Amino acid sequence: MEKVDVIIVGGGLAGLSCAYELADSGMTVIVLERGDFSGSKNVTGGRIYLNSIRDYLPDLWKEAPLERHVTKEILTLLGETNSTTLELYSDRLNRTPYPSYTILRAKFDRWFADLVSEKGVFVIPQKTVDDLIKDGEKVIGIRAGDEEIGADCIVAADGILSFMAEKTGLRQPFKPEHFALGFKEVIELDSKTIEDRFRLGENEGAAQLFVGSLTKGMMGGGFLYTNLDSLSLGIVVGIRSLNLKEPREEVYKLLDEFKERSEIKNLIRGGNVVEYSAHLISEGGIHIKPKLYGDGILVVGDAAGFGLNMLVTVRGMEYAMASGVLAGRTIKKAKEKNDFSASSLSEYEKLLNESFVIKEMNTFKNSLSILENERLFSKYPKAISDLFEKVMWVDEHPKEGLYKTICEGLKKEFLNFQTFKDWLEFRKM
Amino acid sequence: MKITEKLALDAFKNDKETHIHIDQKICQNCKERFCIYACPANLYSLNEKGEMGVEFTGCLECGTCQIACIYGSVKWKYPRNGFGVQYRFG
Repeated sequence: MEKVDVIIVGGGLAGLSCAYELADSGMTVIVLERGDFSGSKNVTGGRIYLNSIRDYLPDLWKEAPLERHVTKEILTLLGETNSTTLELYSDRLNRTPYPSYTILRAKFDRWFADLVSEKGVFVIPQKTVDDLIKDGEKVIGIRAGDEEIGADCIVAADGILSFMAEKTGLRQPFKPEHFALGFKEVIELDSKTIEDRFRLGENEGAAQLFVGSLTKGMMGGGFLYTNLDSLSLGIVVGIRSLNLKEPREEVYKLLDEFKERSEIKNLIRGGNVVEYSAHLISEGGIHIKPKLYGDGILVVGDAAGFGLNMLVTVRGMEYAMASGVLAGRTIKKAKEKNDFSASSLSEYEKLLNESFVIKEMNTFKNSLSILENERLFSKYPKAISDLFEKVMWVDEHPKEGLYKTICEGLKKEFLNFQTFKDWLEFRKM
Repeated sequence: MKITEKLALDAFKNDKETHIHIDQKICQNCKERFCIYACPANLYSLNEKGEMGVEFTGCLECGTCQIACIYGSVKWKYPRNGFGVQYRFG
């Protein structure tokens, strides 16, 4: 069996970040990617927040093919026939180094893989890893078709379904409550039109989230991100929520219905759909964290379930990149000692615990149970929009006092024991 | 826009072999048909004999079916080297 120092299974953000960290170490590192090229199997909403990962990968961002830097955060609460939108613009979002960008993964990951290759790492596409080779408990290599390759250390960066972590028994069995489905269309639209419709300056971007009737009470919401010359429009729905939905709902239809809403129709008018994609999102946070290391193996990124739904921000890519870099640092240290045992590789967990990755997942450990509250996705967005509509509405009847309208509306929908309990829950977020 | 028209926009390299396996014995006893409702590509349907079928060639490789099917009927693995969907935007 041929042998290298490190095999990284999966050429997405976690795997490539690990490879990048290891590129100047003198070790022989190979990345096995199952797609035609890195990024060809990857999907995000998506946007990436750079502030937390700039220190981990300081030199990466200048040339990186990102889309627009987000200067507008828009939150839309959807009722059945109305909606209320909150829009945040801040100079802080529009100052370099920009904190967040919209991103298309097929473009970004492909570029990242080329960069890593230039630094001497072998990124091998069209290579699906079928199995791990073990000697007792110790992972000593991989099997891909008829080929076997050995390594001192294997990095499982094979994404959210991580068959590698499953085969080593590091991962728990999947449960619907820990995952959401995200699916989206990429809609081509010229950049001038995008900037006009969203009132953006050149290369500025908007990130719009939608909560309310579009998911019909199911946990989830909609998203719309402006890329350079396209929009990413999609929906996220919790899988348990979808399983329990009565009457039953074929999930793919939600996006078509969403596109028929006036709020969306006018934004995508004249655009051409160029791609339809779907991906799982890890929402289990700290509750589904697998064992992160074993003899000769580390688990990074989505494979380790590193993802969080914080209601208005959904995170994952930053965790993938940071965990990849930390795995790389751990492997370098292990190489110095020439010790790739579980106890040596446990350094990885220590580094992660000290990083924003695990700290954030701990802070938001209750977010999952809070998000299971159906009222967040149906009653409240509707009630707010209905009340706002009432305040603004003028008809043939003499208008009632604004104060009275607002008080009555609040009393009816919000001043009750249920809302009070929801509020108490929400404070845990 | 029909779901089949959406899928036609994606680049696929189709294998002859399926990467999704269904256990008909489990499906026979399933009332909920979680897979039908959860697949974002609408690939699951019952045939005339009442057996569950899946059109694996339009698979977006999200893996949702495997998780939605709490009875463990759906056995899913990645398509072989280079096969399956190839996203150009992602």
